[in-house]
Amino acid sequence: MLAYLIRRLFAAVVMLVVIILVVFGIFFLVPKWAGVDIATSFVGKQADPASVEAVRQKLGLGDPIFVQAWEFFKAIFAGRTYSGGGDVTECAAPCFGYSFRSEQAVWPVLTERFPVTLALALGAAVLWLIFGLAAGVLSALKRGTLWDRGAMVVALAGVSLPIYFTGLLSLAVFSHSLGWINAEFVPLDESFSGWFGGMILPWITLAFLYAAMYARITRATMMEILGEDYIRTARAKGLKEQVVIRKHAMRSTLTPLLTMLGMDLGALMGGAILTETTFSLPGLGQKVLDAIQNQDLPFILGVVLITSLAVLIANLVVDVLYAVIDPRVRLA
Amino acid sequence: MTELSKSGAAVGEPTGTSPAPKAFLEVRDLKVHFPTDDGLVKSVDGLTFQLEKGKTLGIVGESGSGKSVTSLGIMGLHTAGQYGKRKAQISGEIWLDGTELLSADPDHVRKLRGRNMAMIFQDPLSALHPYYTIGQQIVEAYRIHHDVDKKTAKRRAVEMLDRVGIPQPDKRVDSYPHEFSGGMRQRAMIAMSLVNNPELLIADEPTTALDVTVQAQILDLIRDLQKEFGSAVIIITHDLGVVAELADDLLVMYGGRCVERGPAEKVFYEPRHPYTWGLLGSMPRLDRDQQERLIPVKGSPPSLINLPSGCAFNPRCPYADVPKDDVTRTVRPELTEVGGRHWAACHMSQEQRERIWTEEIAPKL
Repeated sequence: MLAYLIRRLFAAVVMLVVIILVVFGIFFLVPKWAGVDIATSFVGKQADPASVEAVRQKLGLGDPIFVQAWEFFKAIFAGRTYSGGGDVTECAAPCFGYSFRSEQAVWPVLTERFPVTLALALGAAVLWLIFGLAAGVLSALKRGTLWDRGAMVVALAGVSLPIYFTGLLSLAVFSHSLGWINAEFVPLDESFSGWFGGMILPWITLAFLYAAMYARITRATMMEILGEDYIRTARAKGLKEQVVIRKHAMRSTLTPLLTMLGMDLGALMGGAILTETTFSLPGLGQKVLDAIQNQDLPFILGVVLITSLAVLIANLVVDVLYAVIDPRVRLA
Repeated sequence: MTELSKSGAAVGEPTGTSPAPKAFLEVRDLKVHFPTDDGLVKSVDGLTFQLEKGKTLGIVGESGSGKSVTSLGIMGLHTAGQYGKRKAQISGEIWLDGTELLSADPDHVRKLRGRNMAMIFQDPLSALHPYYTIGQQIVEAYRIHHDVDKKTAKRRAVEMLDRVGIPQPDKRVDSYPHEFSGGMRQRAMIAMSLVNNPELLIADEPTTALDVTVQAQILDLIRDLQKEFGSAVIIITHDLGVVAELADDLLVMYGGRCVERGPAEKVFYEPRHPYTWGLLGSMPRLDRDQQERLIPVKGSPPSLINLPSGCAFNPRCPYADVPKDDVTRTVRPELTEVGGRHWAACHMSQEQRERIWTEEIAPKL
């Protein structure tokens, strides 16, 4: 078990380094090959050659590629000093550089926005797990009945309807028409109830999509597991059906769901772009949309790295939980 | 019925519904049908037999002949896992030690499962839960029916593992199924089935998934344990070699029905049904001349939705034209007594069958 953990941890660290380098490659090399000059795009198209040259020096864009890669890598762990063109800027670790547009440092903005995204994702995850699993299991046990068909139609709708539709619909109904919920975002440190009220529709909207997917997967997995030989063995022992489901079938059903949950949560850490935009939540997703629209390279880069890191950590946690659930994995 | 008490196991004329079960296990006119989109699958269609404690009945037949469904029906597991609207339909009577199971309260039958009747499955790897240790699974089986704490139950589990010949049982009790070899897993499975001293043990193809060397060990184990516990045992198999050693009585199934049944030595040495001849001819033997080829049963098993009319075996039977008037294709043969406690369902006359067996079949085996 310990050897398994160490192996996984080591693999994760290696993966992280690879990701950083690949991200660097995508964002600094690809524009270069494509003939886009990063310094020019930083300064603006109408800039005079002198200030473009100053920026090029300051960002080290004239250095050989591997020097740039090393500087980029080092900045994340040790910070970086930008100098050139007469002024010096200290960027403390973890340094993701400065916005091309507003000259804000990237990292503080990310850390400020991350909690909103985290709260959105975790809250939604709790909802979708409860409702997705319950609906999936019930459908599997009552397959072919009206309940099953109804639940699966709702799930199909959940999977197919885009978030900006369900989100706007819920805003229109619950916030504007019925006036039950004040859907303005309120920071958590200002008012808990305000924050909760502002989060509830985004939670439900995001959870609806995922609950639908989870319900369908749960139903399919559960039906498959119920046909397994060891479930028949459990019944042959004289166990109550309820115990057979709870103790024997559920545990096996959880395994594939756990993998999904790890991936989904990891991916959501980079921001639920649609949900955050629909509900004007100041999370990472909204920022990344801004950054893409403005071609603000350092921000896009920062968010991509955070997302990768989150997926990595989520997968690590999933791997560990996997080993706890399935003893056969410990050998792998 | 006097003969029955003498030999114990199997047979007795198909009796209908007289409520006088003298045998320990008595199955009367059992039918298990599964509704499907394509029609009604008649997996078991009128099966009758009896079995006494301490005796072994072998049920033989090819895949899809209804052997396994019969055992699931006895255990009350034919509808298990069938959620939704379409459930298996079961009719007939199953008397276990004076209780009719099909009309009994399902929760009562559940309590009999595992305690009074237990089952060993074909593939012990897939039949054991991969996420729980062998010990946890045996402890669970014991504690369903015994109000004891976990420690006591675990001691019992170690004791059972020791009894079925697992070395270092106190250590192996904490192993997972995937850490056992195939033979060990089947031993563990047997330990789990016998942990409550069931009076009826059903072994569904207990050696099919095992190495040949291990097969004999497992069969020996089942025989020893049967002697020790005095249980009634049903062994379901497609391998006549398996039941040859163990069974007191044999029941040959074809297309969901019994085509021949009787004492094992009769069915082996004086079989009176062409399908049984086919089974015997398909069995490789060391004492046979190597130049001689096996005599397989031609064709494939019948569809259980549309059984051939008349005798279900007629499309594959080399002797289908022996009886007159096309009777094999129009009339379904009933079981008729062909000797002491020995029944077969065939349209050929006794004399015809005796002659074909002694002159044409037996010399080639």
